[in-house]
Amino acid sequence: MRNAVKYFATGYAAAIYLFIFLPVIVLIIFSLQSTNFPIPPFTGPSLRWYGAVLGDARLTSAFANSLLVAGISSLVSVALGFLSAWGFARFALPGSALMRGLITLPLTVSYLIIGMGLLVVFNTAGIPKSLVSAGIGHVVINLPLCFAIIYSQMGDHQINIERAARDLGAREWQVLFMVSVPVMWPAIFASLFLSMTFSWDEFVISFLLTRFDTTMPVEIWNLLRSGLNPKTNAVGSLVFGISVFLAIIFEIILLRRRPT
Amino acid sequence: MDRDVAGKITTAVKKASHTSELLPWALVTPALMWTLLFFVLPFLGMGLMSLTQQSGGGLTLSNYTQFFTNPSYFQAMVNSLEVTGIVTVISVLLAYPFAWILAERVPEKWQRLALLLAVLPFWTSYVVRSYSWLLVLAQKGVINSILTGTGLINEPLQLANTRTATVIGFVHFFVMLLTLTIFANLKQLSPSYRKAAADLGANPFQVFLHVVLPLTIPGVMVGAFLTFVLAIGDYITPQILGGNNEVLMPQLIMMQIGRRGDFPLASALALILMAVVTVAYIACARWLKIERT
Repeated sequence: MRNAVKYFATGYAAAIYLFIFLPVIVLIIFSLQSTNFPIPPFTGPSLRWYGAVLGDARLTSAFANSLLVAGISSLVSVALGFLSAWGFARFALPGSALMRGLITLPLTVSYLIIGMGLLVVFNTAGIPKSLVSAGIGHVVINLPLCFAIIYSQMGDHQINIERAARDLGAREWQVLFMVSVPVMWPAIFASLFLSMTFSWDEFVISFLLTRFDTTMPVEIWNLLRSGLNPKTNAVGSLVFGISVFLAIIFEIILLRRRPT
Repeated sequence: MDRDVAGKITTAVKKASHTSELLPWALVTPALMWTLLFFVLPFLGMGLMSLTQQSGGGLTLSNYTQFFTNPSYFQAMVNSLEVTGIVTVISVLLAYPFAWILAERVPEKWQRLALLLAVLPFWTSYVVRSYSWLLVLAQKGVINSILTGTGLINEPLQLANTRTATVIGFVHFFVMLLTLTIFANLKQLSPSYRKAAADLGANPFQVFLHVVLPLTIPGVMVGAFLTFVLAIGDYITPQILGGNNEVLMPQLIMMQIGRRGDFPLASALALILMAVVTVAYIACARWLKIERT
């Protein structure tokens, strides 16, 4: 009986792992295809399609655009999120619960609707589609997240440290930048990292709000129109590799901080 | 002299209290303004837009009546609800045992690694993930090649561009998400409950059925709700894997924008979709509240 449960558990876990990894493995294997179609039989390995990706100016510029939009929009989200979280956690403001609710409200609305709303307003106001518009949209989706993470981490012991700093003569801005920010660093880092990954991967808002200069997911979407293509596999594998690399760095940094 | 000092202190205190009155507002205003300007205002704009018509004219409810009277629009909502419902149920059923195995059967020191591996494909870009399933499910894709190669079937199966493909693509993503949330839930459970049940004579199966399972149900519900909300608003997965044979709500909305440039109708459809999600949210919140009391 015991053995039966054990075998069943192992078999089940193996099956789920296979299901989870199947598409990724297929993606990576056929990115090394040497012929024109990413379908069996496997004809590689060859780096031909990686060369094609690196030589494609549209893809490389989309890559740079994505990095730019993700970097700037996350910094703005974290800055606004941190300042407001600090304000709400440290001072009693009238209508505080209502305002906090307002800031977190976009979390409950799908990206499609947020993107459409911005498109409607920008269209009416005559603001052209651009990377800036998409970046504004990304701040809308990431600000509530940053706010919620940082606000939830502002505990009493931090208030005491800040009080001590004030008693020792620190000015308000000194308290903010020399005490609160360093103390809150793990939450700030986590929200910055999450914002960057969400912005990096976001499709529908960028799709609706950009035109010629666009981000990586939209450019990959454009590639899909030509059907199955090993070049798409190569781009996908590269993006996956970069994301995993960042995730591992994130794990290492967080793990290192935990025991102290 | 004394009075001078006292006066100085009062002005200093006044100054301090003055800055602390303005400072908190200076801190929270940027975030509030951003939300008002780029979230609330667009939302209201969309609401207003949904009451107009592409051809002009005054305010009208015709976009909304169109949704209920045009069978193909209404069908898109039915399709969306069906697909999302199926995806949510299958994902929970697959993820729960998996999370349980990771939390209970995998040795403590390997758990973190096992979990990390289980969510690794999360990091593939979301467009790429759907595309990868297309490679697996296509007419000449991996599954059909294996099946025809081994002689199990003669004709390739039609897997891509079907509802099945959409469901598989969604389930893949949400099994990872739910494994993560259910795993966290199982780990938060205090072992003393299990010990108490065992001491009272329950066998492991009874402990699971009467103690572990009921205690993790609220967490599972939250995960299931998240699945529902994220799946019903997603455009990519049904568009890439399901194709246009069967249209879901997000596809219908994007069609209005792209092909016809009909913003008023698209706005109305988007708001209807949002209303459905809100109803689901209220139902879920209520249920959780009942559970807790």
